[in-house]
Amino acid sequence: MVASTPSKKLFSVTLRVWRQANPDQPGKFVDYPAHNVSPDMSFLELLDVVNDGLTVSPEEPIAFAHDCREGICGTCSCTINGKPHGPGKGVATCQVYMRSFQAGDVIVVEPFRATAFPIIKDLVTERSAFDKIQQAGGFISARTGAAPDANAILVSKAAADLAMDAAACIGCGACVAACKNASAMLFVAAKVSHLGLMPQGQPERDRRVLAMVQTMDEAGFGNCTNQYECSAVCPKNITHDFIARLNRDYVGALFRSELQSVSTSAGGGA
Amino acid sequence: MAKLDSKIPSGPLADKWQQHKTQIKLVNPANKRKYEIIVVGAGLAGSSAAATLAELGYRVKSFVFHDSPRRAHSIAAQGGINGAKNYQNDGDSVHRLFYDTLKGGDYRAREANVHRLAEVSTNIIDQCAAQGVPFAREYSGHLANRSFGGAQVSRTFYARGQTGQQLLLGAYSALSRMVGQGGVELHPNSEMLDLVIVDGHAKGVIVRDLNTGVITRHSADAVILATGGYGNVFNLSTYARQSNATAIWRAYKRGACMANPCYTQIHPTCIPVSGDYQSKLTLMSESLRNDGRIWVPKDKADVKKEPSTIAESARDYYLERIYPSFGNLAPRDVASRAAMRMCDEGRGVGETGLGVYLDFADAIKRLGEPAVRERYGNLFDIYHEITAENAYQAPMRIFPAVHYTMGGLWVDYNLMSNVPGLFVLGEANFSDHGANRLGASALMQGLADGYFVIPYTIGDYLAQQKPSARSNIDRPEFKQAAESVSTQTKQLLDNPGKEPVSHFHKRLGKIMWEHCGMARTKQGLETALQKIPALREEFVANVKVPGSAETLNQSLEQAGRVGDFLDLGELMCRDALTREESCGGHFREEYQYPDGECKRDDEKFGHVAAWEYQGPGQAPLRNVEPLNYEFTKMSVRSYK
Repeated sequence: MVASTPSKKLFSVTLRVWRQANPDQPGKFVDYPAHNVSPDMSFLELLDVVNDGLTVSPEEPIAFAHDCREGICGTCSCTINGKPHGPGKGVATCQVYMRSFQAGDVIVVEPFRATAFPIIKDLVTERSAFDKIQQAGGFISARTGAAPDANAILVSKAAADLAMDAAACIGCGACVAACKNASAMLFVAAKVSHLGLMPQGQPERDRRVLAMVQTMDEAGFGNCTNQYECSAVCPKNITHDFIARLNRDYVGALFRSELQSVSTSAGGGA
Repeated sequence: MAKLDSKIPSGPLADKWQQHKTQIKLVNPANKRKYEIIVVGAGLAGSSAAATLAELGYRVKSFVFHDSPRRAHSIAAQGGINGAKNYQNDGDSVHRLFYDTLKGGDYRAREANVHRLAEVSTNIIDQCAAQGVPFAREYSGHLANRSFGGAQVSRTFYARGQTGQQLLLGAYSALSRMVGQGGVELHPNSEMLDLVIVDGHAKGVIVRDLNTGVITRHSADAVILATGGYGNVFNLSTYARQSNATAIWRAYKRGACMANPCYTQIHPTCIPVSGDYQSKLTLMSESLRNDGRIWVPKDKADVKKEPSTIAESARDYYLERIYPSFGNLAPRDVASRAAMRMCDEGRGVGETGLGVYLDFADAIKRLGEPAVRERYGNLFDIYHEITAENAYQAPMRIFPAVHYTMGGLWVDYNLMSNVPGLFVLGEANFSDHGANRLGASALMQGLADGYFVIPYTIGDYLAQQKPSARSNIDRPEFKQAAESVSTQTKQLLDNPGKEPVSHFHKRLGKIMWEHCGMARTKQGLETALQKIPALREEFVANVKVPGSAETLNQSLEQAGRVGDFLDLGELMCRDALTREESCGGHFREEYQYPDGECKRDDEKFGHVAAWEYQGPGQAPLRNVEPLNYEFTKMSVRSYK
């Protein structure tokens, strides 16, 4: 019941891969020729094949991040020919197929580069800064067991659909890698917009945006200067319109939080 | 012999859970902070459990081998989650969901567990909506539903084709909230490599930091495993590449029983294999069967023709023909085997002949392309990325692939394994799906276990444990376990072998698919039981693991996991050989009705088989937990 390899035209490419043994050592590009490449092979499957070859050579296999291989877990994270997640539109690295390349191509493969994403090894980076931002406020506080009937809170289809557009973010960090400022604004905007569009998210809306933005700044991400490279490479096509929404929420929350602190001190221990 | 007490409460079926909750022991709020709980895995079950236990006041340590809990493979579930809300007014009820799930599992699950699952299904929908999960809505603002296989009502809630992602992000946000508040100590990039047992109770784990290689010991008052299923034994599956059985397998080797390991689910609608380099099979959600029609040519001679040139009268819509009342929404095991029979008859389509058509032409005619795009657009996009084909214009080609494992560590009604203090949740346990899981029930079970079962039942165990009695990690049990992990790592790295791990994994996968896949025979399973130990010997002698133990070393991680798959694959075949009947996902060719349907033997096999480890090189012991059907009749499952 195992399929035989179909008769597609095979070709050769060269992978020029960033190798770095650990965070403290300098890295460099190394070339690896790859032959008998099928157009139906995924880019990561090609890395698997190259690694099987390296395993039985004196050199170590290339470390690269991957897991679901269907574009939803957000683990894979290469920059391919200068573009995070490679040549496709609206896909992650694991959804890049070799039919996107030509025979004889030199394919340059690097890790996502950003101060807030230090390199662990080869193509693998540390992206826990995103988790810290979530922990600061990326949630609706709903204790288990305290929820009302799900249809007790109506959500307009338009709001739910727009929230879903934002919630599709897979937390891969391509937006950061593509940005010349290594800004995480698209990531934070997606989360803030998703939760802020839902009626359930209103009570914590101000607190959420202030805490998430502050944590983002502290983690070493840069600011947004409206180049929109982020949305151009986003594997889920999340639009930079959400950044405008984030800015509106942030400014409003700042304004309201000041009012609140004034009134608290004026009111005295209620 | 392991003691298998299912601890099913007495009383009427519908009252068991409510009564049980009022009767089990509680830990008072001030004492909860004195207890520490280890949760391994951070998918739907692990994240929801860790968050909820921390909300209750327990101190929780969460371990996950991913770099973030949000990456756990629950994220990939597409279609939806069942909930017996009856929002559609189509006659749904807790009892109907219970009955559908029990029947779907081919009467090999416990009645009481399945009923509880159906009861809490409604709470799950409420909980997720409160967290802001952006479920699909009607224009009125009410929640929308769709249908899934094995059911005649619309009870599946969904968020486009990314329901698992949105539910996991909900659970992850709850977990993140508790991490931020200090209730959960999060350990990402941390793989559990052994379970520590002290005085017969699970009291800790040994963990390797995947980035630094440092091995650490962690003690607690209870250990929860929520580490998912073991379908990657087959190498090619819809699982994530890193999904593995190591945590549950190491627990098995420490005495936890492995129940019904042969129950594996082969999902009918996946994208067919294209070549030997393939690392992954991609699922096309079952929700597509709401509107897509499955067919093959009636005549073998037509299989290589363009599908659009095959006349309507020359097509065999075989699911609609054989199962008129359920049609294209027949349960997964039934639909998968039907596809296999069509291919065996030589009527399979595509380059390899291992495929059937899933056709949307009628749906597009009926609803218009925009409506089809709205419902399934992302799935059509995925299909296009992988195959470079446009499914709006030509039918998809699909074929069954390994998707889920119903078997897992044995647990009682409280989700505790036969090792006291070791709890197992979600796909990692065996409890609720019997021999076949219905669509949209995995998300339901993961969240039921984590949000609504374990928070109650773990208290019953902890109330009997003194918090001050927590083990010191310098105890010999911890030292021995940590040393055995280090030794194993060293052995793999020092092995003078010549072949990469992936070669062994591929070979194991082929043996399993051929002999322990969709159809199994005595002879095939006996062959597999010869081949797998031989392959394991070869693995031990000839695997090459490059690099060092002190850094990120993905070959080393994979070698440990594949080593465990080799052992587990053998146990699966042994279980399949011993179970001389067909039920759900376990189809033995010797036991079938003339029309090819499963022939169960309730008299001899109306039980759970729970395998107990007896040491290296020893045959495991087969324990039995009888399944007592008090409220429903074990009948022949029919979808005709």
